[in-house]
Amino acid sequence: MTTNPTLHIKQVQISLHSEPMLAIDRSIAPGEVLTVMGPSGSGKSTLLAYLAGFLSPTFKAQGQVFLGKMQLDTLPAEQRGLGLLFQDPLLFPHLSVAGNLRFALPRHARHKQSQIREALEQVGMADFETRDPATLSGGQQARVALMRLLLSTPRAVLLDEPFAKLDTALRQDMRTLVFSQLRDAGLPALLVTHDQADAEAAGGPIIELG
Amino acid sequence: MLNPCRFSLIAPLLALALPAVAAPDPGNWQDVLAEAEGQTVFWNAWGGDSRTNRYIDWVAEQMQAQHDVAVEHVKLDDTSSAVSRVLAEKQAGNDDEGSIDLIWINGENFAAMRDNDLLFGPFAESLPNFALTNAAENPEVVTDFTLPTEGFESPWGKAQITFYYDAAQVETPPQDMQALLDWARANPGQFSYPKIPDFTGSTFLKQALIELTDQDEALYQPVEESDFEEVTAPLWAYLDALHPHLWRSGRTFPDSGPNLRTLMSDGELSLAFSFYPTDAAVAVREYELPESVRSYVLDGGTLGNVHFVAIPYNSPHKAGAIVLANFLMSPEAQAQKQSLAMWGDRSVLDIEQLDTKDQALFEQGDRHPSELPADALSNTLPEPHPSWMTALQDAWLERYGVN
Amino acid sequence: MLGLAPALLVTLLVLPVGAGLLMVLLPAFGYLPALGGDAVSLAPWRMLFGHPGLGRSVAVSYASGLVSTLLALAIVVLFLAASRGTWLDRGIRRLVSPLLAIPHAAVAFGLAFLIAPSGLLARWASPGLTGWDRPPDWLIVNDPLGLALMAGLVLKEVPFLLLMCLAALPQLRPEQRVTLARSLGYAPSIAWLKGVLPALYPLIRLPIYAVIAYATSVVDMAMILGPTLPPTLSVSILTWFNDPDLERRFMASAGAVLQLGVTLAALLTWWLGEQCIKRLGYHWVVNGVRRRGSLAITLGGRGLLGMTTLLVLSALAGLTVFSVAGFWRFPDSLPGTFTLDHWQRVLPSVTTPLINTLSVGLAATLIAAVLVVATLENAARHQLPPRAGQWLLYLPLIIPQVAFLFGLVVAAESLNLRPQWSLVMAAHLLFVVPYLYLSLCEAYRRLDPRWLQVAHSLGASPWRAFWQIRLPLLLAPLLTACAVSLALSIGQYLPTLLLGGGRVPTITTEAVAMASGGSRRLMAVLALLQALLPFIGFSLALLIPRLMWARRRNMRGVA
Repeated sequence: MTTNPTLHIKQVQISLHSEPMLAIDRSIAPGEVLTVMGPSGSGKSTLLAYLAGFLSPTFKAQGQVFLGKMQLDTLPAEQRGLGLLFQDPLLFPHLSVAGNLRFALPRHARHKQSQIREALEQVGMADFETRDPATLSGGQQARVALMRLLLSTPRAVLLDEPFAKLDTALRQDMRTLVFSQLRDAGLPALLVTHDQADAEAAGGPIIELG
Repeated sequence: MLNPCRFSLIAPLLALALPAVAAPDPGNWQDVLAEAEGQTVFWNAWGGDSRTNRYIDWVAEQMQAQHDVAVEHVKLDDTSSAVSRVLAEKQAGNDDEGSIDLIWINGENFAAMRDNDLLFGPFAESLPNFALTNAAENPEVVTDFTLPTEGFESPWGKAQITFYYDAAQVETPPQDMQALLDWARANPGQFSYPKIPDFTGSTFLKQALIELTDQDEALYQPVEESDFEEVTAPLWAYLDALHPHLWRSGRTFPDSGPNLRTLMSDGELSLAFSFYPTDAAVAVREYELPESVRSYVLDGGTLGNVHFVAIPYNSPHKAGAIVLANFLMSPEAQAQKQSLAMWGDRSVLDIEQLDTKDQALFEQGDRHPSELPADALSNTLPEPHPSWMTALQDAWLERYGVN
Repeated sequence: MLGLAPALLVTLLVLPVGAGLLMVLLPAFGYLPALGGDAVSLAPWRMLFGHPGLGRSVAVSYASGLVSTLLALAIVVLFLAASRGTWLDRGIRRLVSPLLAIPHAAVAFGLAFLIAPSGLLARWASPGLTGWDRPPDWLIVNDPLGLALMAGLVLKEVPFLLLMCLAALPQLRPEQRVTLARSLGYAPSIAWLKGVLPALYPLIRLPIYAVIAYATSVVDMAMILGPTLPPTLSVSILTWFNDPDLERRFMASAGAVLQLGVTLAALLTWWLGEQCIKRLGYHWVVNGVRRRGSLAITLGGRGLLGMTTLLVLSALAGLTVFSVAGFWRFPDSLPGTFTLDHWQRVLPSVTTPLINTLSVGLAATLIAAVLVVATLENAARHQLPPRAGQWLLYLPLIIPQVAFLFGLVVAAESLNLRPQWSLVMAAHLLFVVPYLYLSLCEAYRRLDPRWLQVAHSLGASPWRAFWQIRLPLLLAPLLTACAVSLALSIGQYLPTLLLGGGRVPTITTEAVAMASGGSRRLMAVLALLQALLPFIGFSLALLIPRLMWARRRNMRGVA
């Protein structure tokens, strides 16, 4: 397994209507989870949108983002290699479970069928390939979404309150699953949340916004 | 090869010398037929009656089969829109790529096109089938609302105002204009005429005017030459008296001649009229009118006219249009047109002059009971000068256009 | 490439409308060298204002536009306020949507056959209820006040406005608003009127303006149902343009400019009304009245919409009966004999019109869909906010057809463009594009941007994300929008007639041409054919996504 590069967020400043909103200057090592906390409106999601490449043109951003030696902020979203996990699993409703996973696999990936099968087995959902995502439970959907993210072989991951909508019992399981998978994959990750428990489970450094 | 520079100098001169560039000459019939092959003729014809549409469809089939000419029926709701289009094309300098090849026309529209030099011709009298009309004995085929056609339009049908009524509801239908007024008083709301400027409606005005005025001669001269107010005063007095007793008290009028038929069919009217003597009979055959309907012509006679086809000067398919105009005068096409199963429009041919084989085409067996008796049509009044039509229409709209 | 789409779209719409308006404005002031007018003068205006009955024409056009829109809006709003999502409400909604597909002319014929003194209603009620054994001599259709015309317009506007409201509502989360207001003691219908309507109105304003513009200047419906002595302004203009006396063309141009003024005046009146209601309405919203009138709204809302639907359905039923009727004496409630003759007579003769109708409609819809999707995709990719320029897209909907189409014909003539299929198709594009945009932009905007963000973060290129994610997710609304466009194209009368010069007959031009005289039976056949085509389009638009996503539960109702 190749070691993943570090995610550098270099003197990034985001402003709205020339009002400064947030500033951050951090690096995230492979396998490390940086947690960004703050009340709503503090710009957490804006930071995520900026990093992922979806920042609305109404915001102005300065600074640079590097993944290892590669500058990200000048690349279009799909070339940044940053995986996203939202509150909602956002499984494509028109594709089957396997279809969702297949969509994530790089076009020239080998053995797609077996990769999909192994991914599902890993999260205990071996027979779910042909299922309609709408028929899955919340926890199952979250697991498929995680595996979809990993199959797309990202080089860093952005998590936008990924556990907020799960019920309490499930939440702990998912935290464990997500963070262990990220650690095993050796991916730098940035977690945005307002839940202290998320931050503790992530076990990495924490910064507060706002 | 012509030197293009020099050619561009000569071209206007050539155009002056030959006003219609390579216009087909009906006198040279084989050439016309050859040139027509493969052409598509856009025939602009009033499309408000399904029977005429059905006949034109039949003509199109025949033209394709017999002469390899495609005929496209461009359905008009008013012929004047075609006149307007050709005029606009001329004004825009479109002198040889016009969008209309043949127009179904007569009366004031023909006069307007002649006045503005919008017609190709003369061509009609050199058509091979024209002789069958025996024009010397039947001057109406070369006269359109008093104007000589001078070969600029070719006849294809004959119309005459014919009244019809439901004999189950009306015992003695009115036989003249005064009787009509009395009848309308006695049977309010059961008669009307199409809204001016519809041509059937306008013809009703002329019919009434001829009967009511004592200055008949004036109607056959251009309207400017007489005192319009004086001549038409009895007409307006008559209409003023008539309108309150018409359908909807004269607050609205039917859209067209065929619309009268629909209103008869719905039982809203008990007395109506048409330009086609066979109209009622065809309508009975087609379930539109009850079998008790009978047709008649007013005692003093009714207006009749011939309708024609003309070729706009800028038609790009004149040869095809000429072949079509000739086909329309063929015994075959005329007999079809006259048949009740098709349209029921009378022939312009002098049938007694035809050879026996062609005469046989016009045999239709027994007359339909709703049809006009054969002798009734002898009493035809000639159409006034076309300028009267427009003047009457304008005056009517002025008086009754806003209720 | 994609970046050019918005500019192309706007040019495509604004240029012809602009050229058309110019070519109407110039002759309105006497200037049109091609027709021998080379000096600016006010003669056309003098001629226009001297025309008998002009005032009445103008008044009817103005009033029918405003009254019909107001009535239609009231019916829709009351229904939505009364609607509680019961099976009955859902049933009514489901019935109304296909009504949108029925072209104006077909509805007009159906209504005329229904309400005429010798129409179906009178036949059904006679002689039993009325004692009539012949039709009463009442001026119902073509009445001078234009009431029949207004009724016809209402029947067509209600489904349109209802669909526009239903499309805009979800983003307002009406259930939450109503629940909240109910918890404060408001009756459900009052809760809807006070809590949802004020937020809904701004979203349906543009469609309402389009309805007003259309209703003040409609031609085909006014020819069938409108007053005749004098007719509405738009119909008069059409007659003047077709007059062989070319002088009249100048007057017609002035009339077209006047029509633009009438439409703008109606829009202005509406806008002033909006301002008043905004003031007065605010007090009403906060006056604390919680229940008064709620029963009337609940009953009235359902009753009125139900009646509208019932009227259109009876009109269709009437058309069907007439299309197979033998002789049918008044007041028999059914024809004495039935026959398929009328269908057999019409069908062979409508092959060309059918082909034209479909080819023009499909081509215009396809081109419009590509252009609109490209524009929306471009905006979505660059996260462009809606711009003021968007208003330009709706120009062809706000400017009355009569006002610029004639100018467009003159413009085409002077460019030596002959009447032909492609011109007709291009003219249809003018109306199809804005409607397609109107019905699709909301769906596009509402699609959760995170779907695409997820796709991109999974490494999908913009095009792959478009084809594999956005398009499938938007399939249902896209197909519905296309069906609306197709229906719209099928119903177009004036553009088809004018730009085709009569050479491109469609089912609609055939049907309206028959209106002036043809037998009711043949008209019924044509009107039914005219209604059938868009209906097939709508059915396909509903059916295809259902079949495609039969095994994907969340794809039902994504749109």
